[in-house]
Amino acid sequence: MALKLNQSEFEIHRDEQKCISCQVCVRQCSNDVHEYDEDNESIISDNIKCVGCQRCETLCPTGAIRIKQRESEFKYNYNWSPGHLKNIYKQAETGGVILTGMGSDKPYTIYWDHILFNASQVTNPSIDPLREPMEIKTFIGRKPDKIDLYKSSGKNMKNPVFLTNLGPQLEAEIPVLFSAMSYGSISLNAVKSISRAAYEFGTFYNTGEGGLHKDLKKYSESTIVQVASGRFGVDKDYLNSGAAIEIKIGQGAKPGIGGHLPGEKVNYEVSTTRMIPEGADAISPAPHHDIYSIEDLAQLISALKEATEYKKPVGVKVSAVHNIAPIASGIVRAGADFISIDGFRGGTGAAPQVIRDNVGIPIELALASVDIRLREEGIRHNISLLVAGSIRSSSDVIKAIALGADAVYIGTAALLALGCHLCQKCYTSKCNWGIATQDPYLTKRLNPEIGARRLYNLLTAWAHEIKEMLGGAGINAIESLRGNREHLRGIGLSEKELSILGIKHAGEAW
Amino acid sequence: MADSFLKSFKNIIKKSKNGFIINAENIAYKDLNRIIRELVKNDKDHTYFSEDSGRSEIIEIQKVLGQRYIGDGIQENIKIVLKGTPGNDLAAFMDGPQIEIFGNAQDASGNTMNSGKIIIHGNAGDITGYSMRGGEIYVRNDVGYRSGIHMKSYREKFPVIVIGGRAGDFLGEYMAGGIVIVLGLNTNDFCRSNSFIFKKNEAVGNFVGTGMHGGVIYIYGDIFENKLGKEIIKSELEGSDKAVLEKYISNYFNYFSLHYNLDYNKFIKLEPYSKRPYGNLYAY
Repeated sequence: MALKLNQSEFEIHRDEQKCISCQVCVRQCSNDVHEYDEDNESIISDNIKCVGCQRCETLCPTGAIRIKQRESEFKYNYNWSPGHLKNIYKQAETGGVILTGMGSDKPYTIYWDHILFNASQVTNPSIDPLREPMEIKTFIGRKPDKIDLYKSSGKNMKNPVFLTNLGPQLEAEIPVLFSAMSYGSISLNAVKSISRAAYEFGTFYNTGEGGLHKDLKKYSESTIVQVASGRFGVDKDYLNSGAAIEIKIGQGAKPGIGGHLPGEKVNYEVSTTRMIPEGADAISPAPHHDIYSIEDLAQLISALKEATEYKKPVGVKVSAVHNIAPIASGIVRAGADFISIDGFRGGTGAAPQVIRDNVGIPIELALASVDIRLREEGIRHNISLLVAGSIRSSSDVIKAIALGADAVYIGTAALLALGCHLCQKCYTSKCNWGIATQDPYLTKRLNPEIGARRLYNLLTAWAHEIKEMLGGAGINAIESLRGNREHLRGIGLSEKELSILGIKHAGEAW
Repeated sequence: MADSFLKSFKNIIKKSKNGFIINAENIAYKDLNRIIRELVKNDKDHTYFSEDSGRSEIIEIQKVLGQRYIGDGIQENIKIVLKGTPGNDLAAFMDGPQIEIFGNAQDASGNTMNSGKIIIHGNAGDITGYSMRGGEIYVRNDVGYRSGIHMKSYREKFPVIVIGGRAGDFLGEYMAGGIVIVLGLNTNDFCRSNSFIFKKNEAVGNFVGTGMHGGVIYIYGDIFENKLGKEIIKSELEGSDKAVLEKYISNYFNYFSLHYNLDYNKFIKLEPYSKRPYGNLYAY
């Protein structure tokens, strides 16, 4: 049967008058879209192979190429979208699960875009961050119930001694950290860019579950090392190499399912970092088999703290699922120092599309409900709350913090800064931007020095914008904004949504 | 600070001929583990714990009663003897020491262990050797569910678990490397019965090696096919297998002073069909 799918997703428009047949596009495309025809001295392009990453369009020296979404590929049908049709054709052909990359692109409500931030007028003066001190430094870790100072009389009264035994804290210059992205899922040059930017800016990056490459140990004070069910690359030295440890339970793009790095991606360097044989599948089981309950989680937290002599904060990363608020409460009570919650729009290097697009809840609702629940239980201060799952701009950061987050994790935004164009084909390992691939021909396209600089620039820009917004609201320290919902108003939201978010509607005064 | 910490426990720590004896009765796990760490750290000139270790230097802990995380993350080449029942996560993340337990062990012994040795004169609980990358675990009697789960080998690292008695369900689940040996010896009843091994099919539980994609499981005596995970192929021993088995089984007999005449032809060998069990799961 001639039923193989042959509808292309993109159209490649080449302006023949501008094209000088320099073959940059031919060399740049790992999907072999462009081919040089020596007889006609022209370039032929095959639409069907194009993934829409726009590498050729970006690098074409004469601007001859334009990649366009292909229109009217299927007869219009509101119920049966082209996505449904294509997936059914593919699955009828292969019997396989449909894989995808990056975060969900489905049109669910994006609550950030239905929340507005406040500013001061008349009654509370705004602050100019360019002239006045503005504090966005953030400490991540368990905070004490109360602070005891040594009380003395006489001269010493001026210098009271801090008696409270404060647990280990991470000190971030900006409440923005880089999300867990393992070496293996992204290239070493991408990890080098991210780790160096975190180190130079004074924030943190997360190794993901793929171990710690030896070249990155110099950035250890900016490293959060992850421990996942596969325990890849986890040994005593690895645990001691990080500033903090994060237990990965789940990931927003694929709650409840495990990970699977195919053997063909496990080259010598990846195998060394993960401490597994070359060419073997790296399978992360869905659960940690030593964690079937909150009590078991407490046990792993304690085991990690014992192994590192209580010198490092230990956090737990979970996906935003329906029951997230009581789960978070359990994590606090299990003794974690921070929780990382990953919303359902969070990115991934590879996930079944059916999971990515249908499982979990938006981070805005998860964050608000967790913050409210922990406050009600009187344990919010016991833990730092990190959120992820599509933080796209500094305004998302501000809104997240006002909804109760201590800091945010950015993954997709960081990759965009490195050149990613969101073609969502990370799982093919053919990333033309040298990010989600291990092919040396492709990875050398990403220069870690330039990458680190671009990420540093992004953080610098966001820091300025965060300070501007804080100043506009008359706030001079990010601490004062945390959970300060009076600075938020909803727009176009139902009563129920407003009550979950814990905010008033736009137009309602204090 | 460390010295004052140890001094506060001076009543329960005694020097012995070749190390220390600790009375762990009524000592919480945090304190007990810190005592062990401080004793090892303080001994910088290796009076008690020599680096070239003939492992005659010993920390003996008496009256162990469920304290968790003993030996957790310790990298020094020491020997710890436990008398009693240690708690969960014994020797988690451990990298070097030898721990001998005169009693039973609970769950997750050897969790993500990198190297070292655990010798258990009794039973061990569930997920014994979880994600273990190197080192050896010897269990005199039985183990619980999911033992050897996600064990993996890496270059010179090669984890081995020898189980003298029986193993529960899901033995070697997700196993990616190393060796698990199940002898199925009826060690408890040996004196009373003529048959020192369990009947065919009784040495292991169901779903043996589910998701296994590396390593080898050896079982003494045959088992029925319906107990095997679908990723597993069963075969007889080949040339080099016997030498490997003899090495670890003779260790087992020595540690526990047991002597059985095993017929090596009765061992079966379980291996995965493929290192890529899920290679064909996805569409393009």
